[in-house]
Amino acid sequence: MSREMLINLSMLAVLILTGVIAHLAGQGFVVTLATKAAIFALAGMGLNLCLGYGGLISFGHAAFFGIGGYVCGILALHAANAMPLVAGWSGSNQMLLIWPLAMLGAGLIAVPIGALSLRTSGVYFIMVTLAFAQMVYYFAISWPQYGGDDGMSFYTRNQFPGINTLKPFGFFLICAGVLVVVTAVIALITRSRFGLVLGAARQNRIRVEAAGIRPFPVLLTAFVLSAMITGLAGALYADLNRFVSPTMLSWHMSGEIMVFVILGGVGRLCGPVAGAGLYVLMEHLLGGITDYWQILLGLVLLTVVMLAPGGLIGILSGRARHG
Amino acid sequence: MLLAEQILNGLQYGMMLFLMAAGLTLVFGVMGLINLAHGALYMLGAFACAFVAGMSGSYLMGLAASLALAAGIGALVEITVLRRLYARDHLDQVLATFALILVFSEGCRWVFGNFPLYLTLPPWASGAVTLPGGLQYPLFRLLIILVGTLVALALYLLITRTRLGTRIRAGEADREMTAALGIDIAKLYTLVFALGAGLAGLAGALVGTIQSVQVGMGEPVLILAFVVIVIGGIGSVKGALAGALLVGMTDTLGKAFLPGLLAGFMPQASANTMGAGLASMLIYILMALVLVIRPQGLFGAKA
Amino acid sequence: MADPGTDPAAGPVLEIRNLVKRFGALAATDDVSLTLLPGEIHALIGPNGAGKSTLIRQITGEVRPDSGAVFFAGTGITGLGPAARSRLGLARSFQVSQLLPDYTVLQNVLLAVAGASGGAFHFLRNPLKDPRLLPQTLTHIEHSGLSGREAIQVAFLSHGERRRLEIAMALALRPRAFLLDEPMAGMGAEGAKDLTRLLSDLRHQAPVLLVEHDMDAVFALADRISVLVYGRIIATGTVAEIRANPEVRHSYLGGDA
Repeated sequence: MSREMLINLSMLAVLILTGVIAHLAGQGFVVTLATKAAIFALAGMGLNLCLGYGGLISFGHAAFFGIGGYVCGILALHAANAMPLVAGWSGSNQMLLIWPLAMLGAGLIAVPIGALSLRTSGVYFIMVTLAFAQMVYYFAISWPQYGGDDGMSFYTRNQFPGINTLKPFGFFLICAGVLVVVTAVIALITRSRFGLVLGAARQNRIRVEAAGIRPFPVLLTAFVLSAMITGLAGALYADLNRFVSPTMLSWHMSGEIMVFVILGGVGRLCGPVAGAGLYVLMEHLLGGITDYWQILLGLVLLTVVMLAPGGLIGILSGRARHG
Repeated sequence: MLLAEQILNGLQYGMMLFLMAAGLTLVFGVMGLINLAHGALYMLGAFACAFVAGMSGSYLMGLAASLALAAGIGALVEITVLRRLYARDHLDQVLATFALILVFSEGCRWVFGNFPLYLTLPPWASGAVTLPGGLQYPLFRLLIILVGTLVALALYLLITRTRLGTRIRAGEADREMTAALGIDIAKLYTLVFALGAGLAGLAGALVGTIQSVQVGMGEPVLILAFVVIVIGGIGSVKGALAGALLVGMTDTLGKAFLPGLLAGFMPQASANTMGAGLASMLIYILMALVLVIRPQGLFGAKA
Repeated sequence: MADPGTDPAAGPVLEIRNLVKRFGALAATDDVSLTLLPGEIHALIGPNGAGKSTLIRQITGEVRPDSGAVFFAGTGITGLGPAARSRLGLARSFQVSQLLPDYTVLQNVLLAVAGASGGAFHFLRNPLKDPRLLPQTLTHIEHSGLSGREAIQVAFLSHGERRRLEIAMALALRPRAFLLDEPMAGMGAEGAKDLTRLLSDLRHQAPVLLVEHDMDAVFALADRISVLVYGRIIATGTVAEIRANPEVRHSYLGGDA
């Protein structure tokens, strides 16, 4: 096993152990922090698939995070009030049903956004994804039925068979479990033939064409998969807070998801776990010092860009960033 | 009459977007840098204007302060941080300038607090004028249109007629050649960045009199400026002007008339909701159309 | 059974008919027709700015011609994109090497083999352990003389090794024709000699359309030569015919060739 794989696995282990030990020590608040880190890590894993492996710098992943959240919120709201949603069906409070629908919602929106954005590349791609995410954001704001600007609360967490989701540790286990499964799936995909071609498309699209493969469907698939994973994270985040609002869709959220990826290390399997963990830790520690902790976050980010572009895992594994 | 007024509103909005987009597109065209912190410079300009105008009682002093502060901070940031990023990939540029947004926005919140500031117009710029045809229109909005036109003209002259402009075009064409010609490229870059930053600051100060001045005001405008650039073609000031006017008009006219148009097909209440939602998406649909038909933008060079 | 790629009786493998491409007033390709016959090396020469690369890009499918047609292995391919043409067996190498710098030699060739056998959409099996891909990949690496270098990242290869890798990737397409764009560019004398030998072996796999500046190599390798000047082909013929052609001597070779 390579040193980098070992580091990847230990990142996951540290996150899970943090939650378990905090639970045993009766620190419910720390369990919730670990839950938040796991959800953010999942959102970052999604983005990392297209950004890190495919080289598609999407600054619009908040759109998918938020859509996942809204799907969860809308289904829960309708279920709680027995309000019909479509064809007499009034939503659901079952996570096992909500998750695939959240992923489907995010994926369906990602198809046109990805197809249009992929007509461009480089810096255009960044601007176009940012703009389309902003469109989704404004749409949510001007759509009064589900809270508009104020967002909407749903008062109880959705359910998962056999686990009391309202207990912080129960919900933590669910989120950590999803994270582990998704990590395994991404590890599989990126090592597969698809992953080989995706990485090749990041490095040189002309070469991929000369090898007889059109890069566009490969990149679009990666973009949509990436959006679906981030959408799943959004559904969990909505359940964590029992609240969704346009903030989840904002450009700031897109920036934060990107920060999870880059802090940990772009294109590294568990980079987003390290990055999200670091982010939640900083938010908690620095936020305890000053309300303006994001100034410090900004300075940390600048330092990372200037001095350690490989992120945390890059430092630990002693290898510069690939890509 | 209503239409004429909305067209003027669209023109004013477009000119404001042009002030933002011109700086962004120049910086990208010459240095190859994508600068997310451009919106933060806009915000700083608005705060500087509100603060200085409030202290001194002179709006013109406020405007001068906004230009000077934004250009100064722009130059400072270029020298300390951004010039190290020109050769880096776009991802590093995005992250570093995102970090700068955090620093500037939170810094501003720290100094000025969460409450918005308001700029009052000086008597000579307030009130309405009667235009030919009897339309009453706010003088200040006309002034913004005028300033935008003057800046567009000045930029055109600067780029085509002056030595600095020649240098800018040379920098655009070939960085190494410019360096070989003995033009001090570092100084040129700082100057171009400060110019773009100053224009953003000016835009912020002008808009601060129409809207409230608050933290976070810059980024929505930044994203609109991106839409403008994608439509106009990156690196082209002409494209920025065309794109800005197109976006300004589309957005203003869409918001003004779309609900009314929809009311022809559906009940008034749902026409209002639908219309507002659709109008807010209109410029992005416009951008999508441009991407389908001409992905390099209206005035962009073919990649 | 005769392979259509090497059997001279089978008609041209690649045929270009009356291609025209204009950029504004400039005709970069001006009514060009050209054939590539089985088993031959056909060199395309011409001064800089003659329109060689525009012509190449129309053959590879990166640029659409304004009029005219391209046939490959008997079918019209004028409407196909570059990837589809590669899949049909039109293999190419590039003027500036187009490799995957972060990948190893093995991964680079694997990509090409994957392209020729089923494309990208396989999500489960690791291609490094895929019995459908690996044996062929290793064969192509061996044939291009890169054995022992499989695990080296492209960024650390020498210039000559990169050229060889490009050829290994072209071979992986099971090519029916090679399109080589200035393969000698930037090679030292020794490297050029090696590569000349390698190219001369290539014709046994499939015919080669060779765009090249190095006249020694062209005269040593080519069965036929076409000369492109100002977007038009002014002469096509054997080495001896081209050397003797007064128009070619005047407009391109200079007096001394």
